[in-house]
Amino acid sequence: MNTTNQSLETEILSAIAAAPDEASLEQLRIASLGKKGSISEQMKTLAALEPEERRTLGAELNQLKSKVALAIAEKKRALGRVSLEQRLKQEGSDVTLPARTEVLGSIHPVSHTWEEVVQIWGDLGFAVAEGPHIEDDFHNFGALNMPPEHPARQEHDTFYFNEKADGTRMVLRTHTSPVQIRTMLSSKPPIRIIAPGRTFRCDSDQTHTPMFHQIEGLMIDEQTHLGHLKWVLSEFCKAFFELDQVKMRFRASHFPFTEPSMEVDINCSWEGGQVKIGQGDSWLEILGSGMVHPNVLKAGGIDPDRYQGWAFGMGLDRIAMLKYGIPDLRAFFEADLRWLRHYGFSAIDVPTLAGGLS
Amino acid sequence: MKFTLSWLKEHLATDATLQEIVNSLIGIGLEVEDVIDRAEKLAPFKVAKVKKAEKHPNADRLSVCLVETAEGDVQVVCGAPNARTGMTGIFVHPGTHIPGTGIDLERGVIRGVESNGMLVSERELMISDDHEGIIDLPDHFPVGTPAAVALGLDDPMIYIKVTPNRPDALGVRGIARDLAAKGIGTLVPLETRSVQPSFKSPLDVELRFERSDAAPCPLFIGRYFKGVGNAPSPAWLKQRLTAIGLRPISALVDITNYITITYNRPLHVFDADKLDGPVHARLAEEGEQILALDGRTYTLDSTMTVIADAKGAQGIAGIIGGENTSCTPQTVNVFLEVALFDPLRTAATGRKLGINSDARYRFERGVDPAFVAPGAEIASRMILDLCGGEASDLVVAGAAPDWRRSYTLRKSRVKSLAGIDVPIPEQKRILAALGFDVAEAVAGFSCKVPSWRPDIQGEPDLVEEVCRIVGLDNIPPQPLARPHAVARPVLSSLQKKTIVARRRLAARGLSEAVTWSFLPASHAAMFAGGKRNDALILANPISSELTDMRPSLVPNLLAAASRNYARGFDSIALFEVGEVYAGDRPQDEALRAAGLRRGPNHERHWLSRQRPVDVFDAKADALAVLEACGAPVQSLQVAAEAPDWLHPGRAGTIRLGPKNPLAVFGEVHPLVLEAFELRGPAVAFEITLSSIPVSRSKSSARAAFNASDLMPVSRDFAFVVDETVAADRILKAVRGADKSMIGDATIFDVFAGGTFPPGKKSVAVAVTLQPRDRTLTDAEIETISQKIISEVARATGATLRS
Repeated sequence: MNTTNQSLETEILSAIAAAPDEASLEQLRIASLGKKGSISEQMKTLAALEPEERRTLGAELNQLKSKVALAIAEKKRALGRVSLEQRLKQEGSDVTLPARTEVLGSIHPVSHTWEEVVQIWGDLGFAVAEGPHIEDDFHNFGALNMPPEHPARQEHDTFYFNEKADGTRMVLRTHTSPVQIRTMLSSKPPIRIIAPGRTFRCDSDQTHTPMFHQIEGLMIDEQTHLGHLKWVLSEFCKAFFELDQVKMRFRASHFPFTEPSMEVDINCSWEGGQVKIGQGDSWLEILGSGMVHPNVLKAGGIDPDRYQGWAFGMGLDRIAMLKYGIPDLRAFFEADLRWLRHYGFSAIDVPTLAGGLS
Repeated sequence: MKFTLSWLKEHLATDATLQEIVNSLIGIGLEVEDVIDRAEKLAPFKVAKVKKAEKHPNADRLSVCLVETAEGDVQVVCGAPNARTGMTGIFVHPGTHIPGTGIDLERGVIRGVESNGMLVSERELMISDDHEGIIDLPDHFPVGTPAAVALGLDDPMIYIKVTPNRPDALGVRGIARDLAAKGIGTLVPLETRSVQPSFKSPLDVELRFERSDAAPCPLFIGRYFKGVGNAPSPAWLKQRLTAIGLRPISALVDITNYITITYNRPLHVFDADKLDGPVHARLAEEGEQILALDGRTYTLDSTMTVIADAKGAQGIAGIIGGENTSCTPQTVNVFLEVALFDPLRTAATGRKLGINSDARYRFERGVDPAFVAPGAEIASRMILDLCGGEASDLVVAGAAPDWRRSYTLRKSRVKSLAGIDVPIPEQKRILAALGFDVAEAVAGFSCKVPSWRPDIQGEPDLVEEVCRIVGLDNIPPQPLARPHAVARPVLSSLQKKTIVARRRLAARGLSEAVTWSFLPASHAAMFAGGKRNDALILANPISSELTDMRPSLVPNLLAAASRNYARGFDSIALFEVGEVYAGDRPQDEALRAAGLRRGPNHERHWLSRQRPVDVFDAKADALAVLEACGAPVQSLQVAAEAPDWLHPGRAGTIRLGPKNPLAVFGEVHPLVLEAFELRGPAVAFEITLSSIPVSRSKSSARAAFNASDLMPVSRDFAFVVDETVAADRILKAVRGADKSMIGDATIFDVFAGGTFPPGKKSVAVAVTLQPRDRTLTDAEIETISQKIISEVARATGATLRS
């Protein structure tokens, strides 16, 4: 190699290696590879040389150019890494500080329970029927085999509206049973429905509120009988309370709208004032039921000589209390944010049969 | 209905244990509310003898007794004045809980003398209020006899809840009959011997009703007794009555109570010397008054039946007797009334007068129409046995209404209705044991209903009788057939919207409340345009705060927010999904979702600055629900109109077409906040879920995916318009300028005030152009921009901000 070029190379490469920062590196680049840089100046001298010599020297200079460019690029990367490391050393956050929060809402236990119940009965082919809260005497009483002055009416603690000009007065439905009548009048057997909803009684104490929720069930076809009712109620209880086994006690009882009638108890234990379903030897009444009375079928426009079926009713709030260990019914309707957050459910906590209900 | 075990055993011959009887009662539909077995509670208390009682050396009123107990002699200091040598009493050792004082007895030293137990009073055992002295028993009880036995309290009391269809179970004998049918012993035959009359009744009975078919009192039987002695009842009778919570009064009155409870046969005794002329049943005069046995004077009306004599009403039929003709210890001549009264009329009268008596309770449910004369005979025998004297003949007016009826029970019906195989002979046995007269018939067997079972009205009742006695627990469960192998959806569109709305709002940070369907009158008016709806006012509200049906969900949420605010919550977000009422017809009820936000948008946080909630929070909530519920969000219009409970300038209505308002949202009116004692800011929305149209698309397939490979172009425009121009109109004009090219247009800045001319505002819009088949040239972009500017200018008078 030409000694000039040799010394040029040594000089430039050592300068690059010694460059302290990107700015001086850039200066070196201009001083060597720039238009008026040292290598470029050498290139200019080539024109005056003999072809043979020009070729040899030209090749040398081109090699030198590449070497220098590569060295600059490498040095640049190295400098960049050093400065990044220095910057990262200086940057930092106290990651123990709280993250941005989302305000979370909640689903009321009654609504969640509504969905759970619908999952179970929906799987058995029961649709959800609804009806008005403000009812007439026929749907709430008369059609349910409770004629005026029927003693059972006195036990209902009915809320009345004021008497109309024609002497009739509307009532707040005292049970979800009027939905049975509306369903029978608007559809033909076979019927499988549940009717969850608000009900009202003029009663308020430790365990009663003037408004509460019931769920009614109704099945009508040509053959269904008490044995089916017993099966479906015990399957429901197992599914709802998420237990492999529950013990149930079926007691004869009386409701004007069913015949025969039965009340159903479920086994439970009491520990420290807390009830546990499905264990222990105590009994807890959870629902009333029976075979639909022929008079009720007739009132619903269904021929009792051909069709038969059963109905049941239970408290939606009550089964929510039992399942989730909620002690006080009155708190359900007080909208205390602390209570709603404590007993409420997350928006993404959707009950399904496949994924579990609670 | 309360009774004791020994009372039951007078009618039921049985060896069954108390527990077996209780379990059987529960199964056959006579729900046992409570069993009080005092023998168990009083087990530590036993008979003891006072061998020696001497005055306490250091106290005048105390004595020191040497007591012989079953466990040996002990020394006891006693404060009772009646403690004396040789008496028989009830003793208890230290360490026992004393029911009457509520404390555990301890060994003690009283004024220097050791006391190792206690001789107890009746009050200390909680069997009476008597605390005059310690219990003083007859001498014949051996030491160690349980106190319950010595005191006649070893008879367990059973309290059953009788359903309104079973008046027969309001008598001990009816309960015994049910248990006998269940196989718990046999029914003891009824003694039906009649009393030999020794004279003719000087008082006659009459029915004085204008219309015989009204039948307020179809049958009235009377009997005169002379020369009776109305002393206190014997101990056994007193104990029976006391055990079930009735106060013994005198033999005559106690007999009527005893017959009432034993046979569900209420009756009444008059002091015959206080009666004037024929005893008759009639309707009361309007305004007629009577002083009743409860010491109160009642004013009657002409729908009520009375038992009267020449002087006036002497008893309210089937409910309560009169004070003026009542029996007293001095009574020597008695007139017994045994009658049938119309259940409905008795119930209505009792309700109107507010009298709850054992008699009313039974007459309104129905007493046995065939048991009037037999009841009179049983009562007569008892009066003669306990009070002596002589009985007259029976005087009778009217007749029992015909109660005879029969129904056929098909042999297959128990199986087909109740799902259980019960052998036919067993079905017949059960029905016969319950008093039915069973005979083979063509279609099955015919069952004549016993007179005491008004509830039996058809074949299903007979099925119930059979299966309640067999036991519902014995019915084999039978699986339901599945209508489809895999369950199909069952929810209606509205039901799905309900679920979705709830979960969407909870996801947005609101907590679901369930509040009353009622509210106070003032709130009802405030949310129904200033006037309460007469059709929605309860005639019998449970409180003055819960008088009207709610016209909106918002007031109860405001009240809830106010309560939470008072509890210290600053940032409040609540919602409810539920029914509101516009009238009393079914179609007047609507399902709504409403939410309320109050205070800062979140609690304080080091990263996020708090801001007060505003109208756009409520709008966002409303739109989120509408979108989740499938409302066509692109077609919704927002108008600056709102109900008067919202801020007139910061509220809006979201509509689908001019006639279908779906939702309102806005800041809550300051006067409304004031009424609810809630400090603002508060914003609310309310959506009528039932007004959201149902999506018509049945297909689950989505539209084809058609995304362009070409880069979209974004251009910003700042328009200057009058402050009154709705932003919505600018956006609409922008979008309308070139529908094929303009993909999106959003407002990213609104500015007014400062150096800006008054009455004007600047609205900055970002427009995205989406080329479809080739890249746009600068000239094309410029053309579209000019179209946008001129379209907005035309629609709103806007100029481009320079």
